[in-house]
Amino acid sequence: MTLAELKRGQQGTIKDVSSIHIPLKLLEMGCLPGNSVELVQVAPFADPMYLNINGSHLAIRKETAVHIIIEVING
Amino acid sequence: MAKQINVALIGNPNTGKTSVFNALTGLNQKVGNYPGITVEKKEGICKLPRGVKAHIIDLPGTYSLNASSLDENVVIELLLNKNDKDFPDVAVVVSDVENLKRNLLLFTQIKDLEIPSILVINMSDRMAYKGISLDIDYLEQQLETKIALISTRKNKGIGELKELIANYKDLSTKPCLNASSIDEDYFNNLRKAFPNQLLYKLWLVITQDVNFGKTDRNTIDAVSDFKTKTKADLKRLQQKETIKRYQFINNTLKKGQTIDLASAKDLRVKLDRILTHKVWGYLIFGIILLTIFQAIYDWAQIPMELIDSAFASLSEWTKNTLPDGAFTSLIAEGIIPGLGGIVIFIPQIAFLFLFISILEESGYMSRVVFLMDRIMRRFGLSGKSVVPLISGTACAIPAIMATRNIESWKERLITILVTPFTTCSARLPVYLIIIELVIPEGRFLGLGYQPLTLMLLYLIGFGAAVGSAWILNKILKIRSKTFFVVEMPNYKLPLFKNVALTVLEKTKAFVFGAGKIILAISIILWFLASYGPGEQFNNADTIVTEQFASENLSEDELQQKIASHKLEHSFIGITGRAIEPAIRPLGYDWKIGIAIVSSFAAREVFVGTLATIYSVGSDEEETIKNRMAGEVNPILGGPLFNFASGISLLLFYAFAMQCMSTLAIVKRETNSWKWPMYQLVIMSAFAYLVALAAFQMLK
Repeated sequence: MTLAELKRGQQGTIKDVSSIHIPLKLLEMGCLPGNSVELVQVAPFADPMYLNINGSHLAIRKETAVHIIIEVING
Repeated sequence: MAKQINVALIGNPNTGKTSVFNALTGLNQKVGNYPGITVEKKEGICKLPRGVKAHIIDLPGTYSLNASSLDENVVIELLLNKNDKDFPDVAVVVSDVENLKRNLLLFTQIKDLEIPSILVINMSDRMAYKGISLDIDYLEQQLETKIALISTRKNKGIGELKELIANYKDLSTKPCLNASSIDEDYFNNLRKAFPNQLLYKLWLVITQDVNFGKTDRNTIDAVSDFKTKTKADLKRLQQKETIKRYQFINNTLKKGQTIDLASAKDLRVKLDRILTHKVWGYLIFGIILLTIFQAIYDWAQIPMELIDSAFASLSEWTKNTLPDGAFTSLIAEGIIPGLGGIVIFIPQIAFLFLFISILEESGYMSRVVFLMDRIMRRFGLSGKSVVPLISGTACAIPAIMATRNIESWKERLITILVTPFTTCSARLPVYLIIIELVIPEGRFLGLGYQPLTLMLLYLIGFGAAVGSAWILNKILKIRSKTFFVVEMPNYKLPLFKNVALTVLEKTKAFVFGAGKIILAISIILWFLASYGPGEQFNNADTIVTEQFASENLSEDELQQKIASHKLEHSFIGITGRAIEPAIRPLGYDWKIGIAIVSSFAAREVFVGTLATIYSVGSDEEETIKNRMAGEVNPILGGPLFNFASGISLLLFYAFAMQCMSTLAIVKRETNSWKWPMYQLVIMSAFAYLVALAAFQMLK
């Protein structure tokens, strides 16, 4: 599933990122395969998403999140 | 004396880099611009042990050496250009103990440029709270560097850092990552083509679109047996580089850092459950804004009244003390009232900058970006447009510069175009004086009518910005990729020193920047108002005396009549009356007309101009406000500044584009005169129409 489908409080592991669609800056902030990701908070309409990726707290839009493939660990 | 050591402070945003800069330099700092661009350049001097001095540059915050904005370009341009006079002898990389992993990415890149580097781990006071412990010796060994564990909040470790900077010659310049490991074949070719160059440096030159002096991209493309790759391939390699760097960092931190999650506390997540909540988040944001406006209005009143009367007495004193003559009247009637018109607003502008810098420093501004993104996108803006729109309440110039971190060009352009609608501090002087004159003092639900009017004007400004953004979003046909990444930093109690320095710096820049223009305009206006052509001006005494000979006027009244007759026939009076037909339907007389025309240089000139015009020829010690209140509408009778003309003026100033500096910045940021010209014409025409409608309906 993609990161866009993650529910609040759920945790997952990043499996794959589509590097053409993802800004380098996001990769540099830790959005890389193998790293953990947790949805901290969502704004109204579930967009943007406030994430904790590997200890980095950041917000991205849903349109970016659909290009990140994850696997849910718990929740 | 030994030469100064050049030190560059580099680090991710939100690591407290500026606090380190302030701790090292104190008040020995100055803020300027990099030549040719509007990126802020902060530099200062720091005294090191044994009488050595360091020249310290606080570079813009960046997450890596892969630049994606003008501000970040400055960092690589400096680090790649050995001939730059500011090229660092030592790089001080500032990191935050809680985000060490991510911060080290930038550190390893700088190390690979073989620049002597010191790693500063800031916010060490948070370690126990976060359950973090570090093996500094091990980290120093693995990263081939010296580490300063400091806390700017508790003022710890600064001495040790100074010691390390003084001994920069002992630092190793060994790289962290072998650049060739990114892609063996590619880098071997590079090495063959440019045997004398540092590989990692070449790699940066290839991947970045910045100007590097001698080895720029073209020379690389010009070497025939060497081919650069396609953009997509390069990006894949950059991703590979990032992964490799993280592997190295993870291996290093596995042994060098232990985090006891059980004892770690996270206030951020708990606070954010409320502050970024669907309902509470917006409510709290609204309350914060309301508090700010009420405070600006109420708290600043007392110092403002003091300043106003102080300038009035100063002018009076000058007139009585200096010998009579043109020079004295230039000072007393031109320069002093003109400057008073700007100095009076220092308290309010300082308050505004104070609140904005607290919102930024505390980390709350990022939450506003998060909360507002979805709403702003509907109008073709980004959540990040909120920061320019809010800082636009201080000044549109830094606000337009703050649009640089908006990733999408279309969203950024729209933000630049609509930001001048937000109520900047230069409009404040105009609003305040007119509100005082025409809005009654009563209270509604505990809030004064006057602050409520001010709040309403701010809302009108935001409304105009958002509304025109919505229209622009429909009209502009620009396709651009939208990327949106915002860091949500930890909440921090703002450091007093940082906030105080920002307020001091910004207020100073505003007063001196505006002061220069106002001084020049005051002098010109005084000349134009004190001299005139022809009979009517030069023989005013006889003409007026004859005219009123039959009415038994007292000496004082006669002098008043003469003065106003002179003013009407002075150069400025002639010009003013020439444009009067255009502004009369708006409820203004020619004096206001002159003030409006001169405020096309800068809005805050309005009050100063009226002050100058009204004080020419007047003998009494009067505050600006009282003089304005006493003006009579020459056609309709009654006070010139009444409810209808007041509202009309307020609306005119709310919408008109009257700031040359803003137009210049927009030209620089959009790289074309087209956009600033559109702003000037469309905004001002709209302002005229709205003011016209308002006066005609209310009169």
